[in-house]
Amino acid sequence: MCLAVPGKLMETQLIGDNRVGTVQFGGIKRSVFLDFVPEAKAGDYVLVHVGFALNVLDEEEAQRTYQLLERIGMLETDVEIEAEDEARIASVAGNLDAIH
Amino acid sequence: MRYIDEYRDPKIAQALVDKISATVSRPWVLMEICGGQTHTLMRYGIDELIPQQVELVHGPGCPVCVTPIEIVDKAVEIASRPDVTFVSYGDMLRVPGTKSDLLHVKAQGGDVRIAYSPMEAVKIARNNPSRKVVFFAIGFETTAPANAMAVWKAREERLTNFSELVSHVLVPPAIRLLLNSPDNRVQGFIAPGHVCTVMGYWEYKLLADEFHVPIVAGGFEPVDLLEAIWMLVAQLEEGRAEVENQYVRSVTYLGNQPAQRIVEQVFEVTDRKWRGIGKIPASGLRLRPAFAAYDAEKIFGLDTVETAEPPECISAQVLKGLKKPVDCPAFGLSCTPEHPLGAPMVSAEGACAAYHQYRRHASSLVCTL
Ligand code: SF4
Repeated sequence: MCLAVPGKLMETQLIGDNRVGTVQFGGIKRSVFLDFVPEAKAGDYVLVHVGFALNVLDEEEAQRTYQLLERIGMLETDVEIEAEDEARIASVAGNLDAIH
Repeated sequence: MRYIDEYRDPKIAQALVDKISATVSRPWVLMEICGGQTHTLMRYGIDELIPQQVELVHGPGCPVCVTPIEIVDKAVEIASRPDVTFVSYGDMLRVPGTKSDLLHVKAQGGDVRIAYSPMEAVKIARNNPSRKVVFFAIGFETTAPANAMAVWKAREERLTNFSELVSHVLVPPAIRLLLNSPDNRVQGFIAPGHVCTVMGYWEYKLLADEFHVPIVAGGFEPVDLLEAIWMLVAQLEEGRAEVENQYVRSVTYLGNQPAQRIVEQVFEVTDRKWRGIGKIPASGLRLRPAFAAYDAEKIFGLDTVETAEPPECISAQVLKGLKKPVDCPAFGLSCTPEHPLGAPMVSAEGACAAYHQYRRHASSLVCTL
């Protein structure tokens, strides 16, 4: 229920008074509301929960992890878990296309 | 996928397990509050990876599980009306009320729909002016900004056919209740990372100081949870009781200000009954009087009827971390995800459902209770 998933903000636009963005989650694209992240811009990674971006993820902290990872090699993702994730991402990101 | 895969790296996970093993010298009991974290712990078998001295008990952080049966009964009653389109997060449909559930209402021809966002309900209201559209607004602090914003936007649009049945709950008062309970065993908490993303973690500092208990705001991937467990064990071994932030990429001290502002404008704090636990003072949110026109409880004027849980369900103890799901005589027998007796068997984030899905049966568990 409190699940939120990270995705890349591809573009932002105004629909009426609503600032919305297109967010890419792996192979899935969704439009999400940006009311809580006025600072978010294309290229940022945002955490999405029930159709709203909750924050912009901290790039510096992510870099720290990547450097750690480069040293020890990446994970081979379990196919079954990946399929379950796709379903969860679809459910959390919602389907807000054509909001108006 | 970026921001996900790297937090599942088995080598980092193993390194963290080793660190925990090297740090721990005696038994400790830790609780993760959030059902999403319970799900990750079970899915990756983290409870079995870490040293046996570290026992994980599961907290009440599944909003579907703690939504009181009275509210489920009200939802059933409202959804059964012919002029209503009732919109809900999917998990709530199968939660048993006293006599029925929302899925049953749907099967009987009621207009009950699943949505992933409250904004879908606003859209349904906009497109169907002759229907009374009611959204079932449940959740913790993570979900409150979205549910508040839906009401706000409906008012901006001057929609007169949209309302919410609100049963929001707050995490810190529940932690306080657990810590005040004489049978509490929990010595350290993993605070829910997405609740803290919205609210910040300053509130948890008050709890850590008052009860001298370490609290770490943690993320949802295996590496996040292992790191949070390690941070807690390190604090306990050193006799520290501080609030620390493991989920730095998402959580800040003060949280998301615009999100908190909309919650503050639309909702106010109220006492709330938690299913299985009972009434907790100042532990919930309800619509402010200024938004009474969007309050389904006011619009449909329903009386509260006192109700009871099935006697065999021990969810009260499960939700407080006093018992594990496998200790329940009904677990996997008369209570299954297909035929749940209690709410923790319904949601994927309920402890009973997580144990059932990942096949944790009594034989594979070392239960100290
Ligand atoms: S297994 Fe079922 S009956 Fe037992 S505590 Fe969990 S939800 Fe209740």
